[in-house]
Amino acid sequence: MKRYGLWKYLLIFAILGFGIIYSLPNLYAPDPAVQISYTSSSQSADSLLADRVKELIDDARFQTKIELEEDYVLVRTDSYQNQLLIKDILSSNLINDVVIALNLAPTTPKWLEDIGGSPMKLGLDLRGGVHFLMQVDTQTAIKNRQDGTLQDIRRRFREEKIRYNQANVQDDSSIFLKFNNLDALSKAEEFIIDNYSQFTYPLITNEDSLKLVLSDTEIEQIESDAIDQNLTTLRNRVNELGVSEPIVQRQGKKRIVVQLPGIQDTAEAKNILGKTATLEFHLEAQMDTPRSRKTSYPYRNGFGAPAFLQDSIILGGDQVATAQASFDENGLPQVNITLDGEGGAKMHRATRGNIGKRLGVLFVEQKTRTIYERDLEGNQIPVQESFEIKEIISLATIRAALGTTFRITGLDSPSESSELALLLRAGALAAPMTFVEERTVGPSLGADNIQAGIFSMQLGLFLVLGFILFYYRVFGIAASLALTFNIVLLVAIMSILSATLTLPGIAGIVLTVGMAVDANVLIFSRIREELKKGREPLEAIDAGYNRAFLTIWDANVTTLIVAVILLSYGTGPVKGFAITLSIGIITSMFTAIMGTRAFVNLIYGSKKDLERISI
Amino acid sequence: MSFNIDFLAWRRVALIFSSIFLIVSVSSLFLKELNYGLDFTGGTLVELSYPDSANISEIRETLVNGGFVGAQVANFGSSKEVLIKLPGTVSDSLGSEIVTLLGSVSSDQDVDLRRIEYVGPQIGSELRDDGGTAMLIALAFMMLYIAFRFQSMFAGAAVIALVHDVIIVVGIFSLIEIEFDLTVLAALLAVIGYSLNDTIVVSDRIRENIRSMESDSTEEIINTSLNQTLGRTLITSLTTLLVLFSLYLLGGELIKNFALALIFGVIIGTYSSIYIAANALVMMGLSKDHLRVEEPENADENILP
Repeated sequence: MKRYGLWKYLLIFAILGFGIIYSLPNLYAPDPAVQISYTSSSQSADSLLADRVKELIDDARFQTKIELEEDYVLVRTDSYQNQLLIKDILSSNLINDVVIALNLAPTTPKWLEDIGGSPMKLGLDLRGGVHFLMQVDTQTAIKNRQDGTLQDIRRRFREEKIRYNQANVQDDSSIFLKFNNLDALSKAEEFIIDNYSQFTYPLITNEDSLKLVLSDTEIEQIESDAIDQNLTTLRNRVNELGVSEPIVQRQGKKRIVVQLPGIQDTAEAKNILGKTATLEFHLEAQMDTPRSRKTSYPYRNGFGAPAFLQDSIILGGDQVATAQASFDENGLPQVNITLDGEGGAKMHRATRGNIGKRLGVLFVEQKTRTIYERDLEGNQIPVQESFEIKEIISLATIRAALGTTFRITGLDSPSESSELALLLRAGALAAPMTFVEERTVGPSLGADNIQAGIFSMQLGLFLVLGFILFYYRVFGIAASLALTFNIVLLVAIMSILSATLTLPGIAGIVLTVGMAVDANVLIFSRIREELKKGREPLEAIDAGYNRAFLTIWDANVTTLIVAVILLSYGTGPVKGFAITLSIGIITSMFTAIMGTRAFVNLIYGSKKDLERISI
Repeated sequence: MSFNIDFLAWRRVALIFSSIFLIVSVSSLFLKELNYGLDFTGGTLVELSYPDSANISEIRETLVNGGFVGAQVANFGSSKEVLIKLPGTVSDSLGSEIVTLLGSVSSDQDVDLRRIEYVGPQIGSELRDDGGTAMLIALAFMMLYIAFRFQSMFAGAAVIALVHDVIIVVGIFSLIEIEFDLTVLAALLAVIGYSLNDTIVVSDRIRENIRSMESDSTEEIINTSLNQTLGRTLITSLTTLLVLFSLYLLGGELIKNFALALIFGVIIGTYSSIYIAANALVMMGLSKDHLRVEEPENADENILP
């Protein structure tokens, strides 16, 4: 029999030790906790905040531990009821510059944490929460960009004294410019070619007009900018919602995934995430403002006749640095706004020369609705269509030049003012989004799923171990140890990769348990055959392992190919299954071949003339 | 375990048996189609948990009065859990509307929201396409790998067995109207992996025996190989079925169909690796010449461990 070198034992023990240590963190149940952080990301949590929290909670006498982490204050508690109670107490007593989120705080001991140990992440189906998939309406982003460009073109045509008849953005998002005479047309064409590189050429249509069509690279750029901005904005909004460990990720070309563990009120979350509301500041149109440069808007609260505002925007919501909801001296809701430097300068310039005139604050919101269209076969098909709402929320006389800070009144309710403040703080979405998929799992189902997963794993393991111990005796002990070791190793690797464990993922582990035995069955059957042929036991063991190896290899590689295909094509539940299946296949090859071999050698390897083996 | 069964004597019976199964499966797929789950049809699903047995007809009535016509209401797992489905809907807010409606009507306040799912129409059809693509790619890769490791005849035989297994499992799902969703699709791909496992083990033995046995009769070699591997095939199928039954019984409602698909798949996969794959090799006329001098015998002798 071939000797099994010392280094192989050492390697196996090292890997076993590694597996045990890094799977350990999963045995410590997490604490229900509340985490408190400042709204503004520049301000990190300090002892001041921790003291405020301590004061509030000591009064209520909960079993808690308050810790100051890098970015937040963490209040650990012993039950889910207390967790909710504490959250309520904190949110009604702390003023609105903090975000309060429910959290499951790991209780990994310090020494494990120091060597990088952490528990597996639980998927939403196990811990409860919401999964949203949103589709970005990039068409609107393109249209918005063209609107902005058109405004710019008009202004510069005026400066350049190029006269035009008609200028608008068409349904296909191209800009249409019509001219009186060929001279203006050619001047305009030359000017556009020199100054705007984003359009394709040629520009001339119908001999008297220009059609400005965006080039493909430009469209791609706008689309990807829109998604990037939406991602940033969504991250900000999610932070405002108070969720620990949220996921906001791009998926494919036009989609964004948002996962909010622990959130139950999906209606509120959707309302905040999907809103495209922002503000625009316009001067009121004067009597002499030409019709083509002003638009009439209704009031948001429904009172008062619609008023005309100038089409040119002084500034938009993107130049708001911070916004806080509060109440004015009459107890009416208001939003205090601070502009960034550039916005302040613009506002100052615009209001300085217009004292006595009125400044309009326009509330702009993009919404989507489902309409039904008939396709070629006459079937009704749903189509998402976006539309824009623009309403005046205030129109007030400018008494002095405005600077970087001012306030907006004229809001309906405190909830509207705080929502508007939140949306202004978090930034606007570059393009509206529709929810194309939603999966919400309540906490009770999550807990049940964990239970079900653990029970089925226990039963499966028990049955399989029982069977192989009965059937293979001493070799069965080797296989059982290998199987248990396999699960430990699988969990350790999942933890280190911080892979997410889902219910199908648990199913994958259970399935691995059943299938991992296969390698040992192959080896053991081979050994039995060799014994029957009359070989010496130790030779038979050798031959069994050697001959079975290639078969095991081929069989596992093919399953691994399937798992990898699942991993790249699957979403959500399928992915969770594929992850545990692939890791399980790899770890099981190691434990079933090297692990059992080491064990068998330890037992039988030293006996020189072995007559019988128990298989 | 040692066996001496003349498997190939049964091969015509097996052929007829499989043909009947395939015909039934394919016609069921055409006539009854698959009972696609929400993942593939798109629509809204709400699962609620009541403190006591839920009154299904009352819930149905409330929903109809609330304007949710066409809602399917049924118990899910136990009499306390209720599953409400609105297939094909295109609004993402129906789920929360239903929860609000039923929460306000219910006399006791303890209606617990278990889950809401909404899948938009495009997502549904995308998931269906992706699933089909994944299946085809998996089959193609399997074929390439076996052709590379063994020989093209083995690849052909393995793929015939796989297609056989997948069609029959899907056929059973169609026949007994079990919901076909994403997890079942994942199970189906796992069936491909599993069934191939079996086929490879058998093929491996056939290859080895063709080189080492003195007999020139392919039938005899295949028969010997099947008998030699039968013990292993049965034990592995048994342990896998043990864990699958524990998943089916204890894994919860969401895993039930997944486990069921695998249970059918393992049983059929075991059968097909014996009767279909080996049968196909005989019919394709595998002979000693096909494998001669490709590799020296026992090239694997000095590999790990």
